[in-house]
Amino acid sequence: MSGVVGQRARRFPVKRRSQVAVEGPWLRALLIGVAAAFLGVALLLPLSVVFASAFSKGIGPFWAALTEPETWSAIQLTLLTAGISVPLNAVFGIAAAWLVSRYDFWGKSALITLIDLPFSVSPVIAGLIFVLLFGAQGLWGPWLSEHDIKIIFAVPGIVIATTFVTFPLVAREVLAVMQAQGSDEEEAALTLGASGWQIVTRITLPKVRWGLIYGVILSNARAMGEFGAVSVVSGHIRGQTNTMPLHVEILYNEYNFVGAFAVAALLASLSLVTLLVKKSVELNAELNARRMAKASSVARSSLVPSSSLAGAALSARPNESRA
Amino acid sequence: MTVEARNLVKTFSSGADVAAVGGVSFVAPEGKVTSLLGPSGSGKSTLLRLIAGLEEPDSGSISIAGADVTQVPVKRREVGFVFQSYALFRHMTVRDNIAFGMQIRKASKSRIESRVHELLNLIQLEGYQERFPGQLSGGQRQRVALARALATEPKVLLLDEPFGALDAQVRLELREWLIDFHEKTRVTTLLVTHDQEEALELSQHVVLLNQGLVAQAGAPHELYDHPASPFVASFLGGANVTHSRAQDGRDVRTFVRPHDVRLAKPRADSSELELGTVERLARIGGNVKLTVTLPNGEPMSVQVTKLELDKLGITLGDRVAVDVTSSKVFVDDYAI
Repeated sequence: MSGVVGQRARRFPVKRRSQVAVEGPWLRALLIGVAAAFLGVALLLPLSVVFASAFSKGIGPFWAALTEPETWSAIQLTLLTAGISVPLNAVFGIAAAWLVSRYDFWGKSALITLIDLPFSVSPVIAGLIFVLLFGAQGLWGPWLSEHDIKIIFAVPGIVIATTFVTFPLVAREVLAVMQAQGSDEEEAALTLGASGWQIVTRITLPKVRWGLIYGVILSNARAMGEFGAVSVVSGHIRGQTNTMPLHVEILYNEYNFVGAFAVAALLASLSLVTLLVKKSVELNAELNARRMAKASSVARSSLVPSSSLAGAALSARPNESRA
Repeated sequence: MTVEARNLVKTFSSGADVAAVGGVSFVAPEGKVTSLLGPSGSGKSTLLRLIAGLEEPDSGSISIAGADVTQVPVKRREVGFVFQSYALFRHMTVRDNIAFGMQIRKASKSRIESRVHELLNLIQLEGYQERFPGQLSGGQRQRVALARALATEPKVLLLDEPFGALDAQVRLELREWLIDFHEKTRVTTLLVTHDQEEALELSQHVVLLNQGLVAQAGAPHELYDHPASPFVASFLGGANVTHSRAQDGRDVRTFVRPHDVRLAKPRADSSELELGTVERLARIGGNVKLTVTLPNGEPMSVQVTKLELDKLGITLGDRVAVDVTSSKVFVDDYAI
């Protein structure tokens, strides 16, 4: 959408500016002030407190807190969990989006609602579902303990809960792109003799790549930060089933403020990095759209004098779902 | 290669089970352009997708060059399909788009390069091979889509509303270009369109469809001059229809084409019955569309050239003598 809106703005710049001017300088200052104040109190202040507290005793204790074996194991577990659940979500997400956007079947709308389920239930409930399924008193508990498979209060449970909670992120993003782009290109590839696998790898994946990358980034951020669901299934065993968010809570409850804030600062940094990556992906996509729109105006003037305004709008389409 | 459809039936199960294609048979002659013409919802696009193999028929058969291809999957049917939306691969350059089919068939690099060059030359887009589809105008995209479809030398070229998304001027340019293009390539072509002018101008054979059935098939002028049914008469060329009743009580419909009416200044001996009043007058380029109200109060559309009108000196509100030079009469759907 950004491309289309951007184009409109370029075509009628005067009209847009005059609309803004109607609001008056006072109202504008007030709106900006409220937004800035809220951002400062709710976001920047807490974030700076986290970093300030982490470094309150200097860099030495900060480093010591991070290199403590239990903290180190929490960092590793968090990375492992994200490392497993994000690729799983990418595969499931693409499969689900493919199914929903390409085929008509009975219960399709129910499936679309189900994709959103992990978002609509509380993460604690999500965790509890898995305890009720895999826990010692759970549905499959006896069978699992017979075969000596541990899921709850172990790493598999954490991975499953995290995957469940973050599932909609990739699926939603990819589905939006797939629905916006339709399946014409796939059909064209089919008439040109491509096999199913060739269509997926050469047409569909490149087509949805921005949506996929975006979904993966969001999914990764959520996977590393997930607390509720993981808290229920983890059992908080130090050095074994403690992820970073859980470890922060434990350290804090033990009045180990430097430790708690050091881990929190690291976690926040990971989120900030994710946000930066996301922003650069967005910028990249936007630049792409702009370059194409610009080049198409060149193309317009060169050969057939024609209607490439529609063309420019189309070229902006691959990126619109990210607006 | 000749394309032949026999008794094709395709029903979509969503909602009411109305057949999109309800038993269609036709032959598209080799090396010619055949139009599948019809109003929207007549099943023409579904028919094209059936021939391409993108849809499976409920019954009936399709043969290309004499071989039954009903069970042959799309990717081995060797048809070139141009989609209404062009469906160019937006993440690939013009060259990669055109080369796609050949790469799939594992053609050699030098062969691909020379064929891409040849096709770019044919579609007059030399120097555009590194552009992305988003960097092309609608007309240019259309031509790239054609080149891509032709790259693998398909037996048949299928075009689905190829000019549907273009504006009027480009549409006319491309139409002429396509006629040239077909003369050079001589590929058997099936063209889906709802635009009768396009069908009449571009094709040597027209299959007129209505509600999933063939209304009439034949050479364009045949359909135009000898419509087999009131539908054909009114769909092609537009016509004035007058209803009357025969002596035996059957419904009689008379079709008069706007350009089959001659106008003249009333003479002293003109009977009142032949006279009408010019109610509306609109110039469209070199032609003039008039609405003349007849003595019985019914309006009649008339089309004359601007030259004729100037010669006659007719203006709005004038009384004119109306002479019908040719008409087509249908009684209860049977032509006489």
